[in-house]
Amino acid sequence: MSADPTQVLAFETDCHIFDGCGFPAPGLHSFLFEPLVGDADSSVYFNKTMLLALLGSVIVIGFFWAAFRKPKVVPGKLQMVAEAGYDFVRRGVVYETIGKKEGEKYVPLIVSLFFFIWMMNIWSIVPVAQFPVTSIIAYPAVLAGIVYVLWVSLTFKRHGFVGAFKNFSGYDKSLGPVLPLAMGIELLSNLIVRPFTHAVRLFANMFAGHTLLLLFTIASWYLLNGIGIAYAGVSFIMVIVMTAFELFIQALQAYVFVLLTCTFIQGALAEHH
Amino acid sequence: MSQLLTVAAEEMENPLIPPIPELVIGLIAFVIVFGFLAKKLLPNINKVLEQRREAIEGGIEKAEAAQTEAQSVLEQYKAQLAEARHEAARLRQEAQEQGATLIAEMRAEGQRQREEIIAAGHSQLAADRKAAASALRQDVGQLATELAGKLVGESLEDHARQSRTIDRFLDGLDETASKAEATR
Repeated sequence: MSADPTQVLAFETDCHIFDGCGFPAPGLHSFLFEPLVGDADSSVYFNKTMLLALLGSVIVIGFFWAAFRKPKVVPGKLQMVAEAGYDFVRRGVVYETIGKKEGEKYVPLIVSLFFFIWMMNIWSIVPVAQFPVTSIIAYPAVLAGIVYVLWVSLTFKRHGFVGAFKNFSGYDKSLGPVLPLAMGIELLSNLIVRPFTHAVRLFANMFAGHTLLLLFTIASWYLLNGIGIAYAGVSFIMVIVMTAFELFIQALQAYVFVLLTCTFIQGALAEHH
Repeated sequence: MSQLLTVAAEEMENPLIPPIPELVIGLIAFVIVFGFLAKKLLPNINKVLEQRREAIEGGIEKAEAAQTEAQSVLEQYKAQLAEARHEAARLRQEAQEQGATLIAEMRAEGQRQREEIIAAGHSQLAADRKAAASALRQDVGQLATELAGKLVGESLEDHARQSRTIDRFLDGLDETASKAEATR
């Protein structure tokens, strides 16, 4: 990590209320990190989020490696936990949306997505790390991109060119004169807005969550002077409440992301109606 | 706020524009996870889950088989027991019947033997009496003749006369005897 304390804590450490020092509010700058290696301008660099992303991958793999490397018919505790997670995604998400027959093929992708995203989100409240990787748009964008490529190509493969076009545009003769308008909106919505919202939904949730946590954390510290101490206590309670809330949001957003992914795949595989 | 961060923030005003290096790292990170899970770990656990499912279903099937077998054995046993009871009842019945006939036969046999013995006794008695009577008749006749001869001095050797006389005498005796019997 950088020796600069502002890099580690995202705010100045010696600033309190009544010290003639303004509130160091969190903002976009809270999501920027000095490269640990390399130069931000050269496009070849390595920063904290990248480290967390790769570390997160290692943790996810490590967990499943420990649980599923030599699985037993009568499971141990770790295997049982991992199985519960696996089963939840497999049956609770994939089978529920795509169906067992067609969905089985996509289970590994969906399971990987879910646990990868969840881990990336959890970084938000892991001490020292304390930064959700998914609050950097690049990570949700990559994942949404993969899903986008998958379901679009699946649509073409399943329905042919014309069929895929009808599928994307929601072609429906009964609409009559409104059809061209409806098709235009549907095309825009499905092919352009959908992947964007898919990525941004995850990104924005984690971004906002992290900002809120930062806000209350910084406030707890900033208010720690004179009468402000009472308010600092309230703020600190909010930190704890928000941390618990974030814990819930992290899992929920990972779930929403994979649920949408499944819905897209299901839409691609379904006969257009 | 440090100078550097302010500059960086100005440079990166739009947080929705992804920086390329992070896209690459994100892709790599996800592909690693996906690779491990899809190629090795999930097939592993799927195999085991399948085995477990089979084991559980096999166990259930075994239990069901054992139950049906137990049921059939129980029925068989019950049937055998009923048959044995039936057989025992039949045997008892038969034995009773046999015993009854045996007793009846033995009774009849005893009766017959008794009657035979009685009949034999009777005929023996009759024969004895007859023999005694004839012997007596001869002796009495002889004695009487001898006595009479001695008394009258005359030999009554003539057989014909002798026997006629004796018979007359004896008939007289018989007559008195039967008369005495009749009066009794």
